Amino acid sequence: MTEASLNPEPAHVEFNGVSKSYDGVTEIVRDLNLVVREGEFLTLLGPSGSGKTTCLMMLAGFETPTAGTVRINGRAVDDVPPRRRGIGVVFQNYALFPHMTVGRNLSFPLEVRHLDQATARERVHRALRLVRLEGLEDRRPDALSGGQQQRVAIARALVFEPSLVLMDEPLGALDRRLREEMQYEIRRIHRTLGVTIVYVTHDQQEAMAMSDRVAVFNRGRIQQVAPPETLYEEPERVFVATFIGDNNLLHGRVLGVEGDICTVDTGNGIVTAFLVAPREMGDAVTLTIRPERVALAPTPGTYSNEFEARVEDIAFLGDHLRVRMAVAGSSDFAIKIPNIVGHGALLKGDTVRIGWTPTDCRALTPDEETA
Amino acid sequence: MKRGIGRHLYLAFCVAVFIFLIAPILVIVPLSFNAQPYFTFTEEMLRLDADAWSLRWYRSVAQDEEWRRALVNSLVIGVCATALATVLGTLAALGLANPAMYGRSLVMALLISPMVTPVIVSAAGMFFFYSSLGLAQTHLGLILAHAALGTPFVVITLTATLAGFDANLMRVAASLGAGPWRSFWRVQFPLIAPGVISGALFAFATSFDEVVTVLFMGGLEQRTIPRQMWAGVREQISPAILAVATLLITFALFFMLTVEWLRRRSAKASQV
Repeated sequence: MTEASLNPEPAHVEFNGVSKSYDGVTEIVRDLNLVVREGEFLTLLGPSGSGKTTCLMMLAGFETPTAGTVRINGRAVDDVPPRRRGIGVVFQNYALFPHMTVGRNLSFPLEVRHLDQATARERVHRALRLVRLEGLEDRRPDALSGGQQQRVAIARALVFEPSLVLMDEPLGALDRRLREEMQYEIRRIHRTLGVTIVYVTHDQQEAMAMSDRVAVFNRGRIQQVAPPETLYEEPERVFVATFIGDNNLLHGRVLGVEGDICTVDTGNGIVTAFLVAPREMGDAVTLTIRPERVALAPTPGTYSNEFEARVEDIAFLGDHLRVRMAVAGSSDFAIKIPNIVGHGALLKGDTVRIGWTPTDCRALTPDEETA
Repeated sequence: MKRGIGRHLYLAFCVAVFIFLIAPILVIVPLSFNAQPYFTFTEEMLRLDADAWSLRWYRSVAQDEEWRRALVNSLVIGVCATALATVLGTLAALGLANPAMYGRSLVMALLISPMVTPVIVSAAGMFFFYSSLGLAQTHLGLILAHAALGTPFVVITLTATLAGFDANLMRVAASLGAGPWRSFWRVQFPLIAPGVISGALFAFATSFDEVVTVLFMGGLEQRTIPRQMWAGVREQISPAILAVATLLITFALFFMLTVEWLRRRSAKASQV
């Protein structure tokens, strides 16, 4: 299936060959190409300094691309100032106007648009109901909790009914429980209104929980754009494989290729793996294996990859145990054992057999060749 | 806490410094209530004899046409110079707050140079320059001169205020559809107003205190309060200037309290 048939909605935002540099030497964003569909919840995910926020700021109009074009609804917006783009923006620090009440904060964009008072009041009321803050019109921002302030900021970005809303790490300042609650709230608002949301975060769990699709950024480039499940199950880059969830890495060279399956010499044993990258015999590859896909003490001969492993360390993490093992030349090979009856048989220093299937072991091009 | 001799010495030192700084100013206050035309305490005053104390110098200042004219001059020149310095200084500080501005530190240095140049130098320079323009010995000339001296105070206080101003607020205002004019008046100005006002107060105090430029540039028609005091010391030796001095000290105290109050207010506002 092509991407177009998966996403029949028309493009709302397009980045075409966009680059950004402040000093003319270092490129914060490099040759970015990205399409955001109408009504989509797309997250820009990456470590700090990867260029995701700069992309958002270029879309909002606060930064100008050094090269390339940003289009909204098919129209290049290079010469359109932020105030004429009609985009709702939510910042991490909320950026509420501290000298205005909640109601004043919300009616600000409506005043600008010269809405009559009755309509404006109705819109403000509706927006507050949407974020579940009815009746707080007369409060000052400093009389609200962090979570409430963020709800006001979201309501303010929605009250003038933009079709595109940008959020820059909006939950970064909240504690974990509140963050999870707000993730759900933002999802609900997105479903209710059907607006397009471009969301920036460095938290991969947040990105996974909320997004229709995630664009993973590293060093100014998009590594992969895909729905969360695809990113987790079928990462195409080593960076994505390790940034999204946990992954074990093994390094080796291709011995032979047969269709999708290849054999790899790690120097400490031969591994059969699923070949993702177009690699040939003798090429270096990085193998990724998810810790939860490794079977402990399988019946011999069940898996095409079976190894003797020594238990280096066991950490109890509540719902699962995380066991660090030495296997196939790696001393930091993790496996996860669910906390169910009979898990306690393993001890530090034990030698056990572990195994995994070739399809759970992806052979990727090493990152230093793709950067 | 242990109260050794070191601590007593330390306290004594603090008191000595305090007396050194404040006593010459405070001693003027009781002297201004002297019933006699002297600059010293009379024996009767020290005995707290009620007849030795009087408000006669305050009355004489209030009734004196020259002092009244000096007050009007000080207020007119002070207010106009403050208004000019505040507008110019605010515009400059807003521009200088933009990190992308080219040659920022150079412009900043130029703008605050009137503060570090000896006043006698600027006053002499302005005298020759303004004379050639026909502005010497005019109110306008003094207003311009005092505005130039007051602007750096506005630039400096407002630059400090703007450092605590969240630039995202202006971005949000723009994203909500507001143009620069509306964003400034509805969002930025209300939040930086304490800084603007305390800068303006400093500019006003500069003009209100200033005597050197007035000596150079002002004629009889432009005598301000400090200039009149100068004349009082040199020509009349009347305790009336002590009464004026006491009034000025009261004004200065009020001024300092206002600035401090504004500073706390803006510190509180920027915590939100």
